[in-house]
Amino acid sequence: MNELRTVLRKNVREYGMYFALALIMAVFTILTNGRFISSRNMANLLNQTGYIAVLAVGMTLVIIIRHIDLSVGFLSGFLGAIAAIALAQWHWPAWAAILLVLAMGIAAGILTAFPVARLGIPAFVASLAGWLIYRGALMLVTAATGTIIVPNESFNAIGTGYIPDLFPSQTFLPELHKTTLIIGAIAIVLFIIGQINDRKRKMQYNFEVLSAGLFTAKLVFISAILGFITWILAGYNGMSWTVVIMLAVVLVYDFITRRTVIGRHIYAVGGNPEAAELSGINVKNITMLVFASMGFLSALAGILFTARLKSATPQAGTLFELDAIAAAYIGGVSAAGGIGTVTGSLIGALVYMSLMNGMNLLGTDISLQYVIRGLVLLFAVIFDVSTRKRKS
Amino acid sequence: MSDHILEMRHITKTFPGVRALSDVNFAVRRGEIHCLVGENGAGKSTLMKILSGVYPHSEFEGSIIFNGREVRFNGIHDSEKAGIGIIYQELALVPEMTVFENIMLGHEIRRGIVVDQNQMIKKSEELLKRVRLSINPTMKVKDLGIGKQQLVEIAKALSRNVSLLILDEPTAALNEDDCDNLLNILRELKGQGVTCIMISHKLKEVLSIADTITVLRDGQTICTMDRKADNVNEQVLIKHMVGRSIENIYPPRESKPSDEVVLEVRDWNAYDATLGRKVLNNVNFRVHKGEIVGLAGLVGSGRTELARSLFGNPDGYHLQGEVYLKGQKCSFRHPKEAIRSGLAYASEDRKRNGLILIQSIQYNISLANLDGVSRNGIINEELDKQTANEFVKSLLIKTPGIHQLVMNLSGGNQQKVSVAKWLFVGPDLLIFDEPTRGIDVGAKYEIYTIMNQLVAKGMSILMISSELPEILGMSDRIYVVANGHITGELDARSATQEAVMQLATQY
Repeated sequence: MNELRTVLRKNVREYGMYFALALIMAVFTILTNGRFISSRNMANLLNQTGYIAVLAVGMTLVIIIRHIDLSVGFLSGFLGAIAAIALAQWHWPAWAAILLVLAMGIAAGILTAFPVARLGIPAFVASLAGWLIYRGALMLVTAATGTIIVPNESFNAIGTGYIPDLFPSQTFLPELHKTTLIIGAIAIVLFIIGQINDRKRKMQYNFEVLSAGLFTAKLVFISAILGFITWILAGYNGMSWTVVIMLAVVLVYDFITRRTVIGRHIYAVGGNPEAAELSGINVKNITMLVFASMGFLSALAGILFTARLKSATPQAGTLFELDAIAAAYIGGVSAAGGIGTVTGSLIGALVYMSLMNGMNLLGTDISLQYVIRGLVLLFAVIFDVSTRKRKS
Repeated sequence: MSDHILEMRHITKTFPGVRALSDVNFAVRRGEIHCLVGENGAGKSTLMKILSGVYPHSEFEGSIIFNGREVRFNGIHDSEKAGIGIIYQELALVPEMTVFENIMLGHEIRRGIVVDQNQMIKKSEELLKRVRLSINPTMKVKDLGIGKQQLVEIAKALSRNVSLLILDEPTAALNEDDCDNLLNILRELKGQGVTCIMISHKLKEVLSIADTITVLRDGQTICTMDRKADNVNEQVLIKHMVGRSIENIYPPRESKPSDEVVLEVRDWNAYDATLGRKVLNNVNFRVHKGEIVGLAGLVGSGRTELARSLFGNPDGYHLQGEVYLKGQKCSFRHPKEAIRSGLAYASEDRKRNGLILIQSIQYNISLANLDGVSRNGIINEELDKQTANEFVKSLLIKTPGIHQLVMNLSGGNQQKVSVAKWLFVGPDLLIFDEPTRGIDVGAKYEIYTIMNQLVAKGMSILMISSELPEILGMSDRIYVVANGHITGELDARSATQEAVMQLATQY
């Protein structure tokens, strides 16, 4: 019990976020008589979160290295429109349109990074210029046609489709999506094996580990949560392609930031750019890389959003950048740089979108929704700052 | 009983897990200069933060009697109002504002709702006169040297009518001239009735200026001595500070440098485009394998510029000349290339550009050599931890664990982390810029011992230092830098402080 208390106290910031998410979900579930937690709504919530989470992951890295990128909203809107044009007017296959747009995203990121990294222009200004430029570009490409309807079904599936059920059965659990169940089961097994291996290795090196009891409790608890999410998703259409893409982005970026040399370099540049430079890290290259990744993820978000609407509109992407920044801050990224996690930002995006989704279900007036979102952002950052102070 | 302006009684302050001060008693007589000495982490700064109200009354035990009354400060405003001024090691001036604006900051003279510039300039002139600084108050602070900035800081404190002035290591960043000047001004202020508490690591300076000296060690008052009556000397102070007497401040070295040249610099010139002047002028020198070469000179003479121009030139100087590392001609365009070729540079300002304070010991140690703990760009977390643990053990870094954030370590231990970072790279030549700045006596000795071990293993060290005894005590050979030139080469065995000083002031 004592161990549990110290572990909780040590990680209050990290667990606080999960707790906040659980609390928000519980409150909305009660207020909506269970409609919020229904399979259908959860699937909807996750699909809504997709493009914001993808942007928030990229933004997390940008904020970690002490910059900001305001251009991502209209950039994703613009690139979504380009994808729509490629599909609707040039009749490209989906894969070609996607590759084109992703490549353009990377190029756009490098373009934003260039004045920042090479000329020392503040990212706020450089990306504000991008914000204006891409907004104009989006209006320009949609000017002739207005909203562009995307006719390509395989492209639209990215935003609206679900992974196929490879094992359809009318007798065994007929209500549930079997492939999703299997993926969930595999994830749980991999998680448990990974955790056990990690603990073994740590013990080999005589590092401190959780006691066997608490470790088992942790495994059971997290497995139960994963199982529950799987069960809920399987109860509707299963996992959507959006969720698959979002999870893939989070897993890859989480791995990069926590386990790779590049990840360490990114945190070092954010923690102290001068010290990083003198330690042999090329700060300019890291800056270029982080902005290029932001551009790439903006393109991905644009694809997700366009596919979800099955069309590109002249307003697509409006305020996405601020939603992404808010999600990253709720997720515990520090404005001073050097601190923040990818998983944190995913949770931040989920908190942010749960609020929106829940309040929509309740029919809350949109004006009040903005006020509440603002208050939650403020409270999250205050909580973050105060727990960090107490720690040091 | 003499007249005490300040008495701090039975002060106990605990941080989570650490007792920083336990039952400290500290009394200051009116009109004296009272020096507070002790190793880093002894509790000096904590005690002064309690006195100035940074730690409010509710966060410690004990009482403060100031001017005969018990006082309870809940913030720095309270202590300022009572007449206590504190000047921190890191200056708190706004560089982009003028001298008079800085002096009057927060206490602007007003006429109606507008500030009265002329009044403020006039008042500033008077205050500057008191610290013997003849500058125009409308100059910007950023255009002043650090020594003058320090004096502006004192003038600012005086503008608040302080009766007790606290200075936290005021001379740490100053050259000798500025130091002497500052100490003289403190003596004058004493004549004007201002009482001073000064924290310092420079014992010579303490012995020249203090009326009374209090030694803190491990959060306790060890003793309070009257300098003249008790006939205090350096040995006595060191003994009290570390609890043991250090026979020899510089550990003896058995190993001899070889004849093999590791670094040779020929006709090296650097031009700083932003300053619009040459910072290095036809510099020639070499370093042998297993040798400690001292690079002496005044602050601003070009020593750090030399080091950085060799180490991949992060400042973007226009360079001319030749550098040979182990006989190979090199021209590094980035610190990364210098590190790969066997050069390392431990910077003079650990906190600003040496370490990543918000990260753990583990992350800092492997930062310059992540290839050493990774494969295909993926970090082996266990190997990384093991590496950090080994360095913590071998360099005796005092910490609860490798996950401790570097900002929570004392100066000496931070410096050891910095050393560990470069040892893990395994360089042929380590450029060590001010290896013991802001570090207490005991930790200094440890750093020196580590340096000796390194050269015994065949590494070479180019040591930049402003402390002449350190230059003389640790080097094999000495180069003196003045105004971007190398003005002389000396054999450390026969060199004297006077000889070095003479070369350092040639330009």
